[in-house]
Amino acid sequence: MMTSVQKTGTALKVDGLVKRFGDLTAVDGVSLTVRAGECLGLLGPNGAGKSTLIRSMVGRVHQDSGHVTVMGKVAGSTEARMALGWVPQELSIYPRITCRENLGSFGRYYGLKGQELKSAIAWCLNWAALEEKQDDVAKTLSGGMKRRLNMAAGMIHRPKVVLFDEPTVGVDPQSRNRIFEMIEALRDAGTAIVYTTHYMEEAERLCDRIAIIDHGKIIAEGTNEELVERTFGRRSQVLARFAGETAAIEAWAARHGGRVKAETAEFTIEQAGEIAPLLDDATKAGLELEDLTLRRPNLESVFLHLTGRELRD
Amino acid sequence: MVLSFVLPLAFFSIFATIFGRQHDSTPKVTLIVVDQDQSQASQALVKGLENESSLVVMTKPASEKKNAPTADYTAATAEAAVKAGDAPVALIIPAGFGQHPIAFGPGAGGSILQLLNDQSDMIAPQIVVGLLQKVAMTSMPSAMADEGMKYADEYVGGFTPAQKAKVDEGLEALRKLEADGKTGTGSGDAGNGSSDSGSSGSGANSTGAGIVAVNVRAVVGENKKSPMISFYAAAIGVMFLMFTASGSAGALLDEAESGTLERVLSTRVTMTKLLAGKLVFNTGLAFVQLVAMFLWGWAVFKLDFFSHLPGFAVMGLCTAFAVAAFGMLLASACQTRAQLGALSTLVILIMSSVGGSMFPRFLMPESMQKAGLLTINAWAIDGFTKVFWRDLPVMDLWPQVSVLLGVGVVLFVIARRVARRWEYA
Repeated sequence: MMTSVQKTGTALKVDGLVKRFGDLTAVDGVSLTVRAGECLGLLGPNGAGKSTLIRSMVGRVHQDSGHVTVMGKVAGSTEARMALGWVPQELSIYPRITCRENLGSFGRYYGLKGQELKSAIAWCLNWAALEEKQDDVAKTLSGGMKRRLNMAAGMIHRPKVVLFDEPTVGVDPQSRNRIFEMIEALRDAGTAIVYTTHYMEEAERLCDRIAIIDHGKIIAEGTNEELVERTFGRRSQVLARFAGETAAIEAWAARHGGRVKAETAEFTIEQAGEIAPLLDDATKAGLELEDLTLRRPNLESVFLHLTGRELRD
Repeated sequence: MVLSFVLPLAFFSIFATIFGRQHDSTPKVTLIVVDQDQSQASQALVKGLENESSLVVMTKPASEKKNAPTADYTAATAEAAVKAGDAPVALIIPAGFGQHPIAFGPGAGGSILQLLNDQSDMIAPQIVVGLLQKVAMTSMPSAMADEGMKYADEYVGGFTPAQKAKVDEGLEALRKLEADGKTGTGSGDAGNGSSDSGSSGSGANSTGAGIVAVNVRAVVGENKKSPMISFYAAAIGVMFLMFTASGSAGALLDEAESGTLERVLSTRVTMTKLLAGKLVFNTGLAFVQLVAMFLWGWAVFKLDFFSHLPGFAVMGLCTAFAVAAFGMLLASACQTRAQLGALSTLVILIMSSVGGSMFPRFLMPESMQKAGLLTINAWAIDGFTKVFWRDLPVMDLWPQVSVLLGVGVVLFVIARRVARRWEYA
């Protein structure tokens, strides 16, 4: 008989979650689902409630109301803990023991032992490409390797659902790419993934769906294309760089509903014909055009439009 | 490793060396003696003092050059020597002492000896005064008898010539015995151990040859070679056990700070299981430390360890459990390692000083001895003392075992309660 999880494919479900810390409502009625084999990106500025939401999923936070279930089990229960893997943003490994010993420790915390534990360690070392470093003390590893070990420690018990909390912070591009490959392999193997990040390109590459959270609420959810479509419709984005006084550029951009970021003015337009009047006005304002780009809005544009803040603020 | 094993062994060795072999070398008081009288009586007194094992009598300064003769101390040079710290006390026997050396009661006209002392040593003058009374009675029995006869002559209304002749004859015989050195000195040969102090480090009985004969027989530790070794092994051991336990338990704070604790608590491990696991580990570590201390005592200071294994095992495990729980509580109550370091140092040093880890409780005032019972140190030391010093059976350890185990359980429960702050937000 198929279980409810198999039938619906829902691996993680959050339903009306509310969590307050005194007067602060960190999570305000959040609901979302993650299916098996799906990667849900969780984007939000600092202080949006991402960490509290993640910790509620892990069972480390007692919610004031709402429910969280992992593979149909209540978050925090033994079954839910065994089905869930958590890769925290901080490097939560033991620095003075080897990679193998780290994985062995966390494996035992999950109740693994004997041959099962050995196999799990071997799998993790292979998945994280740390086989050659298995007997090296953790603190001697490079930053990227420590991150991979951190991830492997959350995977030792082969969970069905994995929460990655900014796993590529401070990691070099080569290691970051390796991490992406690891996550893609998990997703392709049917693992449900929740992935938080400040990097738009990571979300666009890895995530099947994206949820944008701000002030404790999910303010938008969908695929990359859906979010752009819903936020901007058929509008395109124009990026123009001018030579001239900054104040004049900002004034010109404000007249036409745009903004200036890093000396580049940004607008959204319905049709290409709207560009000419913009440039005419710029010329009249004494601004000299240096570069002009026309493109479809991206996730960062969506984020900025919805939250009023940069993704990396 | 150094702090857990090397430092405790070093401290233990220092204390054991200082205090552990007192039976072989009784603390002695250096006494400068100036005999301004040079009479038979004063010389007998000086000789009697020289025979006291608790005293090192100097009648002349030590020579700076080998075999070079030095002059005897005078009153002035003796006083200068005391001021210079060469000796804590100096005794001046005045001229004329021999004519009336002894008097029963003040104002009876006896000679007054001068005792010059250094006030920083409160014990030395008391020892010398006490021994002077004793030596006076034992080294000058004829003077005692003579004075006694004078009082008797006065109060019985005068001896008859025949009685007086008898008394003189007896006194003369006594003086002859004194001159031949056949009267008692009281303490026997120097180095045998004072019969007055009753110390029994070598286990030998000793008999005092004074006015009142006393037979001293050791009933505890008569076969012990190093009575204080086991005391200090336990005393120092418990103190360092507490430091190690709190340091080891501080790993909890490191884990909390790094985020590892939160990760561990997201697995199947609950806070109770986590703390219990750390308690078991720290108990084992503490017990190993104690084993190392006592093995060191056996190897270096001849502590009789192996014949007391059952008692040691019981007391060792109970003590280790109590200090491990103590360390857990300290760690749970602190926010940072630095805070734990400061708090543990303060608490442990206070507990160790009150509990007898630094200074035996039986030498403290009664109020302090009672206060010591509030510490793990006191109960642990009492238990080890029962095992190693009094050779009591394991069953007799039930009060110490009960208290240590009970304290351990209570402290762990409190630690668990305090650790709830890490469990959930």
